[in-house]
Amino acid sequence: MSLIEVVLSGVILGGLYALIAIGFNLQYGVARIFNLAYGEFLMAAAFAAFWMFTLASIDPILGMLLSVPVTFGANWLIYRFLMLPLVRRARTRDDLEGDTILATFGLLFVLKGASQLAFTPDNRFYDYLNTPVRIIGFTFAANRVLAFGVACAFGLAIWLILKRTRFGAAMRALAIEPAGARLVGVDTTAMSAIAFASGGALVAVAGTLVSTFLTFNPSIGVEFTMKALVVVMMGGIGNMVGSLLAGILLGVAEALCSYLVDSGLTLAVAYFLFLIVLLVRPRGLFGTP
Amino acid sequence: MTTGSKIAAVALAMLVALLAAVPWLVSDYGLGFMVNLMCYLVLTIAWTLFSGTTRYVSLATAAFFGLGAYTVAMLVKEMPIYATFGIALVIGTVMALLVGLVTLRVSGMFFVVFGFGLSELMREVLIWWEINQTKTLGRYVFVPFDTTLIYWHLLGLAVLVFLVGWLLRRTRLGIALLVIGDDETMARQAGINVPLAKVAIFVVSSVFMTVVGAVMAPRFGYLTPNFAFNPLISFQVVIMALLGGMHRLWGPVLGVVPLMLLSELLQVRFPFWYSVFLGLVFMIIVYFLPRGITGLVEDGWRVLRRPISLPRGVTGPLIDVWGSLSRPISLPRGIAGFVEDTWARLIRRQPTGGR
Repeated sequence: MSLIEVVLSGVILGGLYALIAIGFNLQYGVARIFNLAYGEFLMAAAFAAFWMFTLASIDPILGMLLSVPVTFGANWLIYRFLMLPLVRRARTRDDLEGDTILATFGLLFVLKGASQLAFTPDNRFYDYLNTPVRIIGFTFAANRVLAFGVACAFGLAIWLILKRTRFGAAMRALAIEPAGARLVGVDTTAMSAIAFASGGALVAVAGTLVSTFLTFNPSIGVEFTMKALVVVMMGGIGNMVGSLLAGILLGVAEALCSYLVDSGLTLAVAYFLFLIVLLVRPRGLFGTP
Repeated sequence: MTTGSKIAAVALAMLVALLAAVPWLVSDYGLGFMVNLMCYLVLTIAWTLFSGTTRYVSLATAAFFGLGAYTVAMLVKEMPIYATFGIALVIGTVMALLVGLVTLRVSGMFFVVFGFGLSELMREVLIWWEINQTKTLGRYVFVPFDTTLIYWHLLGLAVLVFLVGWLLRRTRLGIALLVIGDDETMARQAGINVPLAKVAIFVVSSVFMTVVGAVMAPRFGYLTPNFAFNPLISFQVVIMALLGGMHRLWGPVLGVVPLMLLSELLQVRFPFWYSVFLGLVFMIIVYFLPRGITGLVEDGWRVLRRPISLPRGVTGPLIDVWGSLSRPISLPRGIAGFVEDTWARLIRRQPTGGR
C-alpha cells in the first residue's frame, strides 16, 4: 500500500467525518444545542440499516429513505419537547450550554442503555458491496467509495441550500446573530428546530454509511460524538466549510496513523489534532484570532 | 468558637468514629457496600469542589479514577503498595495540570469536550499499549490490602476532602472561585487570576479522584482498561452531585446515598436497565430539580417558615391555634426552651384580649 493510497483512503474516511461534523455544527452552531447524545443517533441508524439488511434484505442506501426521515422527526420532537424548555429557561448562553450538556448527557445513557437492552452489546457486521474497485490506478473497497460519494452528495446539497436559498440565508443569519435574525423576521424557534432535526438526519445518513464498512455495537456513539466535536472545534463553530476541511484532515491523519503506527489509536489521533488546535489556534483553524 | 460550632464539631467527630467502627458492625456484604459508598462520596465531593464552584461540567472523573486504579495495577508487583499510591498521586497531579493548563485557559467548552473523551482516549491508548507491548489485557492486583483497610483509607480521604471543601469556603481561593462561577468577566475585572484559580482547584479535585482510584484497585482484584475507564463512573458522579445539590458542602451526601442503594438493587442484575434508569433520573433532575435535594429541602423549610394567612371570618380560639401553627419555626433557646415555653403557655393561659 503506497502512501498516496493511504492518503486517498483517509480522504474517503474524512468525507464521512465531515458529514458527521456538519450535522453537529447545524445542531450546535445554528440551534445552539450542545448535543452529547449526537453519536447515539449514528449508532441507532447503523442498527436500523443492519436489521433492514439482514431481516428484509433492504439495500442500506434505499433504507435511508425510511431511517433518515424517522430520525429527522425524532430529533425535531427532541428539540420541541426536551430542548425548547431549556432554551426558554436559560438566561444566558452559558446557562443553556450547561443545561443542554447535562440533559443530552442523560439522553446518551438512556439511548445507549436502551440499545444494549434491545440489540445486546455484541459487535455487528454485515457484508455489503465489500468488493474492490479501481479508481485512477488505486484500489479501494466499493462500500467506502460509495459512502464517500453519498457523503459528498449530502454535503453539496447542504451547502447549496445554505448558500442559495432564502431558507439557508435565514439559517446562516441565525448561526451568526440570533437576536439580529429575529429582528429581520426569522422565526428563530422553528428554524432552530429544523436545524437541530437536520443535524440528526445527517448523522443518520452517516450512521447508515458507517454500518456498511465498520463493525459496530451500541457503545460506538461516544467515539463519533467526540470526533464530531473535535472536527467542529477545529473547523470553527458555525463554519460549515471549516468542518468539511477539518473532517478530511482528521480522516487523513487517522489513515496515516493506522498505516504508520496502529489502527487501534484513532481517538488518540483526534485528541492529538485537538491539542494542537487548542495550543496554536484556539479559535479554530480558519477562525480569526 | 461558639457553642453551636463546638457541638457541630463534636457531633462530626462522633459520626466519623461511628463510621470508622463500621467494619466491626456490619457483615462483609455491608462493608462492600460501604466501600462503594465512600468511594463515590469522595469522588462526588471532589467533583463539586471544582464543578460546583466554577460551574464547568467535568466529565473526566472516570479518566482520573481509572488512571489511579491502573497505575496501581501496573506497578503493584514491583513495589510496596503505598509507593504505588504515591506514584498514582504524582501522575494524577501531572495529568490534571496538563489538562487544566491546556483547556482551562481557553474556554469552558473546550474543557467539557476534552474531559468527555479523555477516559475513552486513555482506555484506547492503554489497550493498544497492553496488546502490543506487554501482550496482556488485564492485570491482577493481589496484595495484602483487605476491604477493611480500603474502607479506612477511603474514610480518611472523605474526611480530608470535606475539610478541604470546608476550608475552601473560608479562603481567598474559594471566594475567587465563587466569583468566577458567577461571572468570569467580573472576576477578571476584580483582579482575580482566573486561569490560575481554575487550574489550582481542578488539580486538587482530580488528585482526590486519582487517589480514590488507586485505593480502590486492590478491591477489584483484576483490572482491564475497559473496566478501569468506565464512563458510567463519570456519569454517576455528575448525577449524584446534581441530585444532592452542589451549593452546599453536605449536598452530595444526599445524592450519593439514594443512588448507591439504587445501584446496589439494579446494577448487578440489570446493568442495561440501570443505564436507562439513571439517564431518566438524571434528566428529571436537570428539568425539575435544578438545585437538587438540598434545594428541595431548603425550599420546603422556607415554605414551613412562611406565615400562613388566615381565611376571613374565622374567630375565637381558632385564631390562637392558627397563630401558633403559622408562627415561623425557630428555636432560639433550643428544643428544651421550646418545650418550656409551650408548657408555660399551657399552664398559665393568658386571656388573648379583644382581637
